[in-house]
Amino acid sequence: MELFAEFFLENQKFIYVIILSVLLGVEVISNVPAVLHTPLMSGANAIHGVVIIGAIIVMGHAPSDDYLALGLGFVAVVLGTLNVVGGFVVTNRMLEMFKKKDK
Amino acid sequence: MHKDLFLGIIYLLGSLAFIVGLKRLSSPKTARTGNLVAAAGMLLAIIGTIVLHEKDGQPIGNIVFILAAMAVGTGIGWYMAIRVKMTKMPEMVSFFNGMGGACAAVISIVEFNTHPHSETGFLVVVFAGLMIGSVSFSGSLIAYAKLAEKIKDIFVSWLQIMNLFIVAGIIALIVVGVMKPEMLGHSIIWIIFGVSLVYGVLFVLPIGGADMPVVISLLNSFTGVAAALGGFLYGNEVMLTGGILVGSAGTILTVDMCRAMNRPLSNVLIGAFGGGKGGAAQGSDGDQVVKEISITDAAILCRYAQKVSIIPGYGLAVAQAQHVCHEFEKILEEKGVTVNFPIHPVAGRMPGHMNVLLAEADVPYPKLIEMDDANPQMPNTDVVLVLGANDVVNPAAENDPSSPIYGMPIIQAEKAKNVIVIKRSMSKGYAGIQNQLFFRKNTRMLFGDAKDALEKLIAAVKDM
Repeated sequence: MELFAEFFLENQKFIYVIILSVLLGVEVISNVPAVLHTPLMSGANAIHGVVIIGAIIVMGHAPSDDYLALGLGFVAVVLGTLNVVGGFVVTNRMLEMFKKKDK
Repeated sequence: MHKDLFLGIIYLLGSLAFIVGLKRLSSPKTARTGNLVAAAGMLLAIIGTIVLHEKDGQPIGNIVFILAAMAVGTGIGWYMAIRVKMTKMPEMVSFFNGMGGACAAVISIVEFNTHPHSETGFLVVVFAGLMIGSVSFSGSLIAYAKLAEKIKDIFVSWLQIMNLFIVAGIIALIVVGVMKPEMLGHSIIWIIFGVSLVYGVLFVLPIGGADMPVVISLLNSFTGVAAALGGFLYGNEVMLTGGILVGSAGTILTVDMCRAMNRPLSNVLIGAFGGGKGGAAQGSDGDQVVKEISITDAAILCRYAQKVSIIPGYGLAVAQAQHVCHEFEKILEEKGVTVNFPIHPVAGRMPGHMNVLLAEADVPYPKLIEMDDANPQMPNTDVVLVLGANDVVNPAAENDPSSPIYGMPIIQAEKAKNVIVIKRSMSKGYAGIQNQLFFRKNTRMLFGDAKDALEKLIAAVKDM
């Protein structure tokens, strides 16, 4: 119980953020027409590429003689960038096709 | 002090951009800008992190390596995303999702190696991030391979039971790693990594190819959670909001997809589809005969109809027939026939797959109608052309309680005056069950590749 109280008080801010984000995510996605399911999934896929920021932090604070951390950090940044860039570009390509037919 | 303030504001703007972007992505008119808004937020957050982030007073180092890695990732990601065919989009999404999962897993490994003797909370987050990220990575790659048809479906009943044990095993390992770190020492991180990778493979392997969209959506939200755990690790707001948003939105999307198929998620995950159960529904097709139709007859039927509905399915994507399909629609319209495209919510390999394909071929948006609007019109439709679709028009979903797809809403093609099914062979759909529609007296089969058949139909209609 004491452990829980400590955890809660220490991370109160984040707990708020998590709960509000969960509700927001549900709210934002409700009533989406089926047409947009694929692009939406793809867009969400690009957004979780935000994990790249963790990779940058890992890489940026790795001691310059710790080759394992540097190597893995490098890999992590490449993977994260793939997720972000690939995700957004693919989503954009899908959505461009919706634009064309407005002409 | 100022750096912290600036970075805080940048992260706030980034989080806002994600929320606004996601919101705009959920409406056709604003979707494009929504994607750009989210991308701008991401760019801002990345630049802000590189320039302003500090840990214990230290700024981000190794900048050359970071920029080099980003250049490599951008190059490959951009190239792949530009080159991929529209029909291969679902695979591509799955692949990029796997990359994000792997990224989260690698971050956990490095963090553990750097701080192996940390407090309980930290270790739990690191291990959980590692597990979810790894499962998402290997699972996504299997989903990718399945959609690309590099791996066939495997149905092994004991695999599900074994998977339960593996999950229990991973959780036990995490408990050991947190409570008794001296027991396995440093190698614990690699063990959890390895077992989680194996689990990801075994988790996706027995799930049928037709259910891959649901799996990808689920793994997508997994990666979101893994990213959020990373955010928790670093007390990083933008990672936390971005990750959780995707986690919850992805879960809702997954549930929506399951609802469209009228099957609970657990059913999808256990892989009942296409498993042994299908047998009961297949028994009756032995002595039934299908009627074939010639190209000319089919062309006449369509040409002199008042109203033609084209129901597309995955076969359309495989045959790359979307452009020919549009051409066929145009030529019929020129001859005064009304044409529309009823789209089943789960047609193709991903919800919206058909819409994207047909939009690529410039089929006007209003011609695509949703299932609920299409069904009441079916009795007034002269010809329904089933183009590479199967399970989504199978009447067994409505009248055969023993069928594994019983209860799934379908497009009621059988109610139309005439049904023409263009299909390569009598093979079954992804649910692995026979389609009663093919044996109805108003149905005729046109065997052949969708694109090839449509081209011949266009030529035939032109001559009339």
